[in-house]
Amino acid sequence: MCAAPAPASSPTAPIIARCQELFDDLDFTAARRWKEARPGRKVVGFMPVYAPRELLHAAGMLPLGIMGAGETLEVIHGDAYYQSYICRIPRSTLELGITGRLDFVDGFLFPSLCDVIRNLSGIWKLLFPKVYVRYLDVPQNFTPGMADGFWIQEMEELREGLAKLGGVEITDEALRDSIAAYNENRRVVREVYAYRAAEPWQAPSSDVYLLMRAGLVLPVEEHTQLLRDWLAAARAEKRQARDNTRIVLNGVFCEQPPLGLIKAIEMAGCYIVDDDFMLVNRFLIGDVKLEGNPLANLASAFLRDSEETAAKYQPDLAVKGKYIVDAVRRNGAEGVIFAAPSFCDPALLERPMLQDRLDRVDVPHIGFKYAENSAQMQPVREQAGTFADSIKLWSTP
Amino acid sequence: MSAAEVVKEASMLKQKEMIAGNYDALTSAPETGRKMAATFVPGNLNELIMTFGLLNNLPEINAIQNGMRKLSGDYILEAEKAGHSEDVCTYVKSDLGMMAKGNIAPNGKPLPKPDVLLLSYTGCFTFMKWFELVREQYKCPTVMLHVPYQGDGQVTKNMRDYIVKQLKEEVIPKLEKVSGVKFDIDRLRQYMRESARAEDDLVWVLESAKARPSPIDAYFGGVYYIGPIFTAFRGTPDATEYYRLLRAEIEERMRRGLGPITPEGDMKEQKYRLVVEGPPNWTSFREFWKMFYDEGAVVVASSYTKVGGTYDLGFRHDPEHPLESLAEYALGCYTNRNLPQRVDLLEKYMTEYQADGLLINSIKSCNSFSAGQLMMMREIEKRTGKPGAFIETDLVDPRYFSAANVKNRLESYFQMIDQKRRVASAA
Ligand code: SF4
Ligand code: SF4
Repeated sequence: MCAAPAPASSPTAPIIARCQELFDDLDFTAARRWKEARPGRKVVGFMPVYAPRELLHAAGMLPLGIMGAGETLEVIHGDAYYQSYICRIPRSTLELGITGRLDFVDGFLFPSLCDVIRNLSGIWKLLFPKVYVRYLDVPQNFTPGMADGFWIQEMEELREGLAKLGGVEITDEALRDSIAAYNENRRVVREVYAYRAAEPWQAPSSDVYLLMRAGLVLPVEEHTQLLRDWLAAARAEKRQARDNTRIVLNGVFCEQPPLGLIKAIEMAGCYIVDDDFMLVNRFLIGDVKLEGNPLANLASAFLRDSEETAAKYQPDLAVKGKYIVDAVRRNGAEGVIFAAPSFCDPALLERPMLQDRLDRVDVPHIGFKYAENSAQMQPVREQAGTFADSIKLWSTP
Repeated sequence: MSAAEVVKEASMLKQKEMIAGNYDALTSAPETGRKMAATFVPGNLNELIMTFGLLNNLPEINAIQNGMRKLSGDYILEAEKAGHSEDVCTYVKSDLGMMAKGNIAPNGKPLPKPDVLLLSYTGCFTFMKWFELVREQYKCPTVMLHVPYQGDGQVTKNMRDYIVKQLKEEVIPKLEKVSGVKFDIDRLRQYMRESARAEDDLVWVLESAKARPSPIDAYFGGVYYIGPIFTAFRGTPDATEYYRLLRAEIEERMRRGLGPITPEGDMKEQKYRLVVEGPPNWTSFREFWKMFYDEGAVVVASSYTKVGGTYDLGFRHDPEHPLESLAEYALGCYTNRNLPQRVDLLEKYMTEYQADGLLINSIKSCNSFSAGQLMMMREIEKRTGKPGAFIETDLVDPRYFSAANVKNRLESYFQMIDQKRRVASAA
């Protein structure tokens, strides 16, 4: 059992090849070209898990999502900044910075995902004093009405900072246009996810992953078009459905596993029908309202209608962990694979609570850890394979 | 924290009594009918908790107690057996393991379920997960107080307003409900007045280490000195009395030209003055301390003694503006300051306390403290020209305290300081 790879002649192949090229390129050539194409353009980086990219877009800037340096870059300097018991993403991100691969990046946003990313914001301030660095303290108080004012004002300060950086005014009108562009992108992103969940044999997860990664480096309009093109191309070809086990993958929202790990899970006989990769692409669930105050609308969407993840506090015990069960049900999954970066407090502390919710409804699960440069995929393949087989075995009437 | 055993000064006995009293109050709550809040040390709202007549149970303090009493190792294993990762914060696992094994307090009696978890989320992301995890078992109400981080190295009006709003509209009404006690701002003010008095004396004590010889050890001794003010006692007359006694004792030591008290009596020679960054190891606390005083190393300033408030930077609880002052307090705690601020503070300590070097005790468990410490060390070395040293241990997981390694590291560090001195005096 394995996921059918797209033949070279497949209509999706050139699109995925382009995404793969963007993924492999640790010099971020596409973003550099975008910047060079017009004088005065600015690029602003951001880390997982959520940043209001609409503000950057409205300032005429390119939001550039940085998710570490993956498995290929040799980390030489970064290790001198981090102890062995800290995850790998901050050190490889620093490596990108120190080796000049991010020298074209004018600003960098560090969302409040965990203390490692938080402290990285301070390191960035010390090491790259010319870069506009902002820590994004996304609210954790989700009691209605408690945090809107705070988050609107934080975004207001970000808007001022970006306006100064770019020498531009960020008008409400421009913000509404940007919100519209991202609303559209989120709709298509969700369409891709829904398509994969409905016909996973048509949409290998390694392809979907690359499509979503492309969204971190391309202008949003281009990314939306790319997704549309891919959907059209994927629908046009018929691949063979297999009797794979449908699983939800959870815990991969920050440091990324090697692409080989996703492929290994698929090769082991699993269809990934939902995941938490690149959550920023679909963090806000519905369309953000266009009429009225755009920052208030963004705040409201974040506080009232956004994805659940380990990085967010859940005030209600009855709701805690429901999202994983919902993801299983909604996507007709048969099990959950928890994969978390080694030393990742958010993912690893969240996991037992999610496992408990799955146990209550008899959904099987397995779990393992990885690093972005994990080389050995055989154990993952074996573990996922055994898991998939056992689900099939026990579900046979 | 229990006081050192060899020499017992009045302040030590007083603290011991206070801690025992609090544990007795906590464990007898089912009989006395008193309600209890659990909350974290950094940014804790002890004055507010007391305003509602609630008892205060701090899970980090339980973990420290269990670390020092050599119980935490088993608790951590228990939590790992139950499925918690070996990679995550060991305070959390020690707490979960303790719960699994009956939640026995140091007085041998079980701790009752808290009536409310007050999640004042200050300076550490893990706190949030920690209370989500214990809530699974206690199933009691949880109150979130999100304290924004000083990402840009300053406290803004927006941050303060956000905290005050949460206090007014959520924390206070919920505590009223849990306790059945109406909020009385004058009662809060009275506690805060008391806090400020104790804070003055604490700062005096910590700053006494600027003297030569230093009459205190600001790390190993310092963790005892911060005990009452960081925990369930800030705002009580007992705490004020404790700090009055302590200050008088230290004044006396200074007058007599004495160094700090160690578990083996007065420290004699002070060859090295150090600033220490990072929490201590609790499972081998005595052994760890001995490695310093045996070599004549005294810690003159530490960042760990600022996790529950940066009083030496001037903050005092202010009864005239109670809620704003609680907000300022929480915002100012050490790990809620960004890395450049932390470096600035350490640099200031190096200079003002005339230290010979910076030692970092990097804690495996604690990303909040540890992620970035290598960079901090380099910055301090660059700015002060003084050598830094880096050791790695854990808070309460005995598996990560390698006495031989730490000792070796320290010995070569002291040699390095000697060498630097020789070079400097030859120049
Ligand atoms: S991998 Fe986990 S611990 Fe590391 S930076 Fe990301 S969220 Fe934080
Ligand atoms: S990570 Fe550090 S600050 Fe946070 S709970 Fe653990 S020991 Fe405390």
